[in-house]
Amino acid sequence: MEPVILSCAELSTREINAALAALPDGASARVLEPRGRHNLAVGLSNRVRIDIEGNAGYFIGGLGDGPDVVVHGFTGWSVGENLQAGSVRVEGNASECAGASSRGGTIVIEGDASSRAGISLKGGTILVGGNVGHMSGFMAQAGVMLIGGDAGDALGDSLYEAVIYVAGKIASLGSDARIEELTESDVRAVKALAELGGASFGHVQPENVTRVASARGLYNFDALKDQKY
Amino acid sequence: MCGIVGLHLKNPGLQPRLGELLTQMLEAMTTRGPDSAGIAVYADRDPAPAGNEAGPGPGQPGQHSQPGQELRYSLRSDETIDWDLLAKRIAAETGRDLRVEPLGSDSAVFVSSAAETSFLAAVRRAAPQVTVPGFGRSMVVVKDVGAPAAICARYGIPGWGGYQGIGHTRMATESAVTTAHSHPFAPAADLALVHNGSFSNYATVRGRLARQGIRCDTDNDSEVAARLVAARMAEGADLADGLRTVLKEMDGFFTLLVTTRTQFAVIRDSFACKPAVIAETPDYVAMASEYHALAGLPGITGARVFEPMPEEIHVWSR
Repeated sequence: MEPVILSCAELSTREINAALAALPDGASARVLEPRGRHNLAVGLSNRVRIDIEGNAGYFIGGLGDGPDVVVHGFTGWSVGENLQAGSVRVEGNASECAGASSRGGTIVIEGDASSRAGISLKGGTILVGGNVGHMSGFMAQAGVMLIGGDAGDALGDSLYEAVIYVAGKIASLGSDARIEELTESDVRAVKALAELGGASFGHVQPENVTRVASARGLYNFDALKDQKY
Repeated sequence: MCGIVGLHLKNPGLQPRLGELLTQMLEAMTTRGPDSAGIAVYADRDPAPAGNEAGPGPGQPGQHSQPGQELRYSLRSDETIDWDLLAKRIAAETGRDLRVEPLGSDSAVFVSSAAETSFLAAVRRAAPQVTVPGFGRSMVVVKDVGAPAAICARYGIPGWGGYQGIGHTRMATESAVTTAHSHPFAPAADLALVHNGSFSNYATVRGRLARQGIRCDTDNDSEVAARLVAARMAEGADLADGLRTVLKEMDGFFTLLVTTRTQFAVIRDSFACKPAVIAETPDYVAMASEYHALAGLPGITGARVFEPMPEEIHVWSR
């Protein structure tokens, strides 16, 4: 089936999202001339493939529960925010808060992600081929991140159960994040994640990544204890 | 939120289009804050060659001009003003000839070679209801309450030429929605600042400045940052050092875009809480809160597009 063509030069964001939501499972669509448009392919629950043909704005693919969205360019803040299922792939860089609060599905950033990538992650998978900025993985509760490049300051601050694998250098760990020994099951997991990420993760050596997880010192709130927030 | 935009042209061939491009950029940011807006435009004000249609915006210097000595004062009043009459009074008080360039019904540019302090004092005495949004050798500032499209159209900004300009569209959080509280803030000659964010300790810094004899016109947080930068630069700091002072002395969220007669600078707070995108090509440097303000610029597909890191100061000079 030929993809449906929708152009941002002619249609409002609502018109585009309504047209995408009306697609039957298995259909595909191309969104042309995004020119930094926000909120494209948001809130979709059908199993469709959407190609955004250029640089896009904020919240791309957010709240998705099924579709596979590919951005052939870079994105602004909060790509794939609150993703439930399906995937969002960005061929360029992504700005701040990539995959924030996502509960499921996979977000792949082939380039760099900026600060606060994976903030408050709740079960989703975030794969970044390049670097991530400061405070990535902040308060991440569940899910996994693989960072192919370097991580900025305060990585994994106040982590809960999410695990972060870093192939490059870590500028600094956040409060209550710690480096843990890599197990065989970690190596297998990273290998699978790198394969899922594709060519931009070809340089990742699963046995040489760093595993970052919670030290559980801040896990339970205790007002009487000497807290180290 | 607030939206900020700026364009620093390297290719003089684009100068006739500065106002048009800046207007389009600012309009794209309307959704980030539609309550008030303003721009500062810089143009070379030396006499243009005869027949040059790419004029430097409002008013060509006239026969009396003494390039390098005249300052252009952007004036504005919410009450009806007879600008010519006011000009005569200020000329008499300062003892200097004065040229008026009309700029909509509520604004005018006065060109005077009087000393800056004596001119500003003369305006305060002659017409206390008139404000001076900005002044300088090259810079003209307009600002108003309302949406960017309406404001830019009213002052004819799409027709203005120039070598650099910045704009702001505001969603007020810290102080009232009035023309005086709108950005840019331009407290010193050819210095203009636009801010996206909010400062938290501005009352403290304002008090510190007041003890040094520096007064703010409004209770706006961004004005304090502009006055602080101006104060440091008056002491001899360059623009980058002035911006470092903001990082050191002011708490809060900020992306600042600050211009002088020759420089164009961007800085973000330590957490990069507010967005900033920069696009650079051989023809220009453009900055905006969001990429889609830049998406219509000529040659954008070939531009190097990046986001400044926290605490990084980016400065371009002409």
